[in-house]
Amino acid sequence: MAERKHDPVAHSRRNFLRKTAALTGGALAAGGAARAAPLPIQSVSQEPGRVIEETAYGLPSKFEAHVKRRRTDVFKNRQNWSDWSMTPLQHQPGIITPNGLIFERHHAGTPDIDPKTHRLVIHGMVKQPLEFSMENLVRYPSVSRFHFHECSGNGLTDWLKPASSTVQQTHGLLSGVLWTGVPASTLMEEAGIDPRGKWVLFEGADSSAHARSIPIEKVLDDTIIAYAMNGEALRPENGYPVRVVIPGWEGNVSVKWLRRIKVGDQPWHLRSETARYTDPMPEGKWRQFSMVMECKSVITSPSGGQNLRGPGFYEVTGLAWSGAGKVRAVDVSFDGGKNWREAKLEEPIMDKCLTRFKVGWNWNGSPAVLMSRAVDSTGYVQPTVQDLTKTRAIVGFVQHHNAVQPWTVNAKGEVRNAIGQA
Amino acid sequence: MRSAKRKLAVAALAGVAALWGCASTGGGGGMAVKSSSGIPLGATGPHAVQPLPDKPRFGKPVSEADLAAWNIDIRTPDGLGLPAGRGSVAEGKKIYEAKCIACHGAEGKGGSVYGTMVGGIGSFKGSPRVLTPGSMYPYAPILFDYIRRSMPMDRPQTLTANEVYAVSAYLLNLNGLVPANAVMDAQSLAKVQMPNRDGFLIDDRPDSKAVRCMTDCK
Repeated sequence: MAERKHDPVAHSRRNFLRKTAALTGGALAAGGAARAAPLPIQSVSQEPGRVIEETAYGLPSKFEAHVKRRRTDVFKNRQNWSDWSMTPLQHQPGIITPNGLIFERHHAGTPDIDPKTHRLVIHGMVKQPLEFSMENLVRYPSVSRFHFHECSGNGLTDWLKPASSTVQQTHGLLSGVLWTGVPASTLMEEAGIDPRGKWVLFEGADSSAHARSIPIEKVLDDTIIAYAMNGEALRPENGYPVRVVIPGWEGNVSVKWLRRIKVGDQPWHLRSETARYTDPMPEGKWRQFSMVMECKSVITSPSGGQNLRGPGFYEVTGLAWSGAGKVRAVDVSFDGGKNWREAKLEEPIMDKCLTRFKVGWNWNGSPAVLMSRAVDSTGYVQPTVQDLTKTRAIVGFVQHHNAVQPWTVNAKGEVRNAIGQA
Repeated sequence: MRSAKRKLAVAALAGVAALWGCASTGGGGGMAVKSSSGIPLGATGPHAVQPLPDKPRFGKPVSEADLAAWNIDIRTPDGLGLPAGRGSVAEGKKIYEAKCIACHGAEGKGGSVYGTMVGGIGSFKGSPRVLTPGSMYPYAPILFDYIRRSMPMDRPQTLTANEVYAVSAYLLNLNGLVPANAVMDAQSLAKVQMPNRDGFLIDDRPDSKAVRCMTDCK
């Protein structure tokens, strides 16, 4: 008996056989009854489940094994240290991304850092350079805040024509997280900022030593030195044991594996803020320090690669967010942008946070083009690709793609990416 | 610091009744709010921050000397932070062929892992734009900063200052920006004029004017 209970494979095989027998029996006995298929008692109702393990870290159901981060399937990097993997937004209800599904973007892989030996320093234009151990960081009064986290390159493969098939590939460099940590202002104040200090460099302890220059106003406003996410320590791939979180700004400024904060009077103009993370503009120019992630939305269901199962009711739902404030409204179109209906926003609606929108739709079986358009608290309306091409140069790997995403539905109910086509 | 203190004090007053954590109203904001350097900030405070009645201080004082090995950033427009040392194009070629060629290929022309690091100057008005250190970097000390912090990918932060100067000199030479007999040091590297020096515009978004049309649009 004991052995059986500890053998989940044998257990499920036995259950499967019983279930099959029960279903067959049910079908045979169904003739003439009020119900064509009386519901059998499921085998799981007739024997105990798995015992509680003495210690365990819970995992999703084995039936959810398809819900995984995936590397880009459009652009194949020839190495996987400086690479990215994407969140399966099509499988995410609500506004929080489980820690194991939060997108990754590293420049030199994921380090495994021992919190006992890790140190964070603040220096440069400060009265007293300081060193912090993890033990000491967690002693400060903490804050927890919900924010979206989005890579500046989200959508970079899909501007003028579809390259990605699913919303995971078009928009999956996006996650929703409850961050916990110390306000950066607390630590900065302790070090004592020189009045000439206007910019702050954040640098990682990983072997890319990724670094970015951030205006001090943002650092003192709402920046968090975070050690936890969604109720547990940071995951290694998300910056364990400590990272900076710069809410609403492009993901890479929230430097992971944070080891150094330096105050200066000018930006550093590093490779990561000149040759990379800049936007191509007309006349061969580049837009620099474009760090706010502007208002954006996407329908996650139905979305690319999914199939509608015949005409009838569907709840159309998706995510909206803005680095410049809160989401005020989301409109949904079913005819490729000719007519729009305001969707319902689901509470809570928070500053620089994913917001869930929903709208009911009775599909009549005809081809349709679905798209969503968000408006934020500043009144900014999410643009189309056409709108953005008026001012930007869409050439090469273009960052900061916040355009409306169209999905086409054909008469068979197949949903496809139609960026640049609709 | 005065403004930070005021912010904390305001937050402490406002925050007592507020929900900790959830981002607060966002106050003013949007792209029109900019830093003193003109960078759009997006939404800004006030944000609920727990009051600090006793101002805990857990930071351990350190000296800049203690941080020397970590203090690797270069302020690239003027080269502030460039260390002592020097390296020639010829020395750089030797180091490159020992430590860089496997990924980047002979003479920086692209290899098994990465594309070209040579050329592209003048390509930005067409398509594709060819991004190389020569065509893209506005300031030559970016080479020193980036090579020292991130390269070679399998052993970053192991090159000596002389080696980093030498590899920087070699890459600049391959891009036609310094002569074959050039020697780079803190002074000479900061003086190299890069072709894309004036190629950048500070963030000027929002740059779209979409309107919220509801019926019979387009």
